[in-house]
Amino acid sequence: MTTFLGIPRRADAAPDAGPLRGSTTFPKAARTALADTQLRANLGHATRTIRGKRAAVVEEVADWEELRDAGSAIKADVMARLPELLEQLEQNVTARGGVVHWARDAAEANRIVTDLVRATGSREVVKVKSMATQEIGLNEHLAAEGIEAVETDLAELIVQLGGDRPSHILVPAIHRNRAEIRDIFRREMPGIDPAVSDSPRELAMAARAHLRQKFLSARVAVSGANFGVADSGTLTVVESEGNGRMCLTLPRTLITVMGIEKVVPTWRDLEVFLQLLPRSSTGERMNPYTSMWTGVTPGDGPQEFHLVLLDAGRTRALADEVGRAALHCIRCSACLNVCPVYERAGGHAYGSTYPGPIGAVLTPQLTGMGGHADPNASLPYASSLCGACFDACPVKIDIPELLVHLRARAVETEREDRRARHVPPSAEAAAMAAASWVMSGEKRFGLAERALGAGRLLAGKDGRITAAPPPLSGWMRSRDAPAPPEETFRQWWARTHEEEDRT
Amino acid sequence: MRIALFVTCLADALTPEPAKATVALLERLGHEVTFPTAQTCCGQMHTNTGYLREAAPVVRHHVEVFERALADADAVVAPSGSCVGSVRHQHAMVARRAGDEDLARRAEAVAAKTYELSELLVDVLGVTDVGAYYPHRVTYHPTCHSLRMLRVGDRPLQLLRNVRGLRLVELPEAESCCGFGGTFALKNADTSTAMLADKLRNVAATGAEICSAGDSSCLLHIGGGLSRLRVGTRTVHLAEILAATEDSASTAQEGARR
Repeated sequence: MTTFLGIPRRADAAPDAGPLRGSTTFPKAARTALADTQLRANLGHATRTIRGKRAAVVEEVADWEELRDAGSAIKADVMARLPELLEQLEQNVTARGGVVHWARDAAEANRIVTDLVRATGSREVVKVKSMATQEIGLNEHLAAEGIEAVETDLAELIVQLGGDRPSHILVPAIHRNRAEIRDIFRREMPGIDPAVSDSPRELAMAARAHLRQKFLSARVAVSGANFGVADSGTLTVVESEGNGRMCLTLPRTLITVMGIEKVVPTWRDLEVFLQLLPRSSTGERMNPYTSMWTGVTPGDGPQEFHLVLLDAGRTRALADEVGRAALHCIRCSACLNVCPVYERAGGHAYGSTYPGPIGAVLTPQLTGMGGHADPNASLPYASSLCGACFDACPVKIDIPELLVHLRARAVETEREDRRARHVPPSAEAAAMAAASWVMSGEKRFGLAERALGAGRLLAGKDGRITAAPPPLSGWMRSRDAPAPPEETFRQWWARTHEEEDRT
Repeated sequence: MRIALFVTCLADALTPEPAKATVALLERLGHEVTFPTAQTCCGQMHTNTGYLREAAPVVRHHVEVFERALADADAVVAPSGSCVGSVRHQHAMVARRAGDEDLARRAEAVAAKTYELSELLVDVLGVTDVGAYYPHRVTYHPTCHSLRMLRVGDRPLQLLRNVRGLRLVELPEAESCCGFGGTFALKNADTSTAMLADKLRNVAATGAEICSAGDSSCLLHIGGGLSRLRVGTRTVHLAEILAATEDSASTAQEGARR
């Protein structure tokens, strides 16, 4: 069993915020989000709608469970021989006229892409929706280098024009409703008809007119990839709007940034994922556009193709035998849509490009976790472990198990850090250690139970406790508790059954 | 059949009625119940909060106690989906993390004979009509760990449908978490409350007098909210409903006085 604790950080200093780390812990960020009634209404409506659609199209696939098993098995195989598959992918992409670049981290990937864009002489790139480029903060980096990146996915465009951050893997503007989108468009979209209504059709037409100019003038496109097929060198992007197809075919130069875990061994493996992905993500039987390209085809499509293979913490995650299952994720976002925590707190509360249940297990592994002052150390706790995510996951990632695993890592990291700084254990750790001692001996446990009976003094005449000191005060804000009973179960047992049982 | 009761620490110390009801029910069905008095806790709180090192001695104690109990009992039962879930899906893992493969195997052996109440009744004892009488309007919250960890499916509902006098009202969005989640309710109290609010809204919408479930922890959470808001619905554990008969019709009134 490998226990990788990440680069030790001082627990009292919060690491810098970025695309994978917010500036505050989940409970604090969630508290703000929970008070945003518009956000709650938008999220509740949107997640409920997608949940219903997904359930309906999953229901009609007779071999859905077998497909999930197949998806899970293929991903486990990929993780077991990742280096070999990546080299095969590189070989095949190169053989067909593409150029492969290897990026260890976000900074390296950003530099590679910037240099490639610069070499074309272009100051503008069109973008296909991509989590990998979101994760490395590519748009911000390009902007700082004087290059404008234009998001062409409708929801990403809404987020970009609104100066906002995505809050969902698939539907980045899920936190916005039609009225808000209309306001953003009227404010930020040059030349838009100010009389535009908030009907989806009119808003889509406005975006279409705006984007068409960009597609026709762009010389460089940047995309991510859903899959990279090792045995053929084929890259795949699935999408709904056709903007991706435009970006992948019109510009002269195409740069694709792909996380190294997105490789699949063979073309045939796509059969499994192209059934699992659309039904899990948009609740469609098939996504409207599936683009596949292999290197460069003379006279057709981009004449220059670069593939940037991004590690950025993935090898670190791979080293953890349990945690590595998070790398199986195909970014469908089904887990977000079924998560009761995500549905209420929203994506921004997670502070990461990857929100929701999968974000809570992926983000801390990509960045490493510091002590309690690191907002990402709070992510594994952002779940009631209800298990809805596991059931929805098309590749069967046992997210609750991973959450518990990462909680254990968070606890160990904090413990090590305090020890190194000669600081006593946290109040929580001390309480847990005491409880462990009490609960591993029957005599101690019996005494503690009797002591707990004193809690009856806290109860009102109705037998309910309505106030208590921390850490129970959070509970008491919205819930009562019953007074401890006058007689515990074991006292009752001794009184009623004692003569028959003495184990 | 001889059945060892795994009472769970919460039921033992805070909510003994479901445990007493489990004993009464099984005895009424003609089985012998034993109570290994050395038992303490399954260690779920430690495990789920990430304190695996601290969970290990608690797990060891549980395994030792119930290994001994199973020497002359056929099965272990607990009136809690969550605690049985921890025994079945976490104990061996905690033992392995502690580097104790032997304990892990023993934990697996104990887990294989440990059942949640509705599983024991329907699968092991083969009974869906336990002869109960409970003249109340009841809605049922299936609880996450019973549903998605143990996959008890509709076993509790099969049992409730056979209770005479009971009117079962379907709970809207029943499969959504109530927001308890152990220390989640303390660490993320606000998000937990938001989840609870929706659960309470759905419970209230049923107009039921009783909200039942197979887990005292979830009921403590839902009941704590219902009581705060004076909804007019109270929580009663599945075991208490199944234990009620014409002769003990005062069970509901007893509950109301608690």
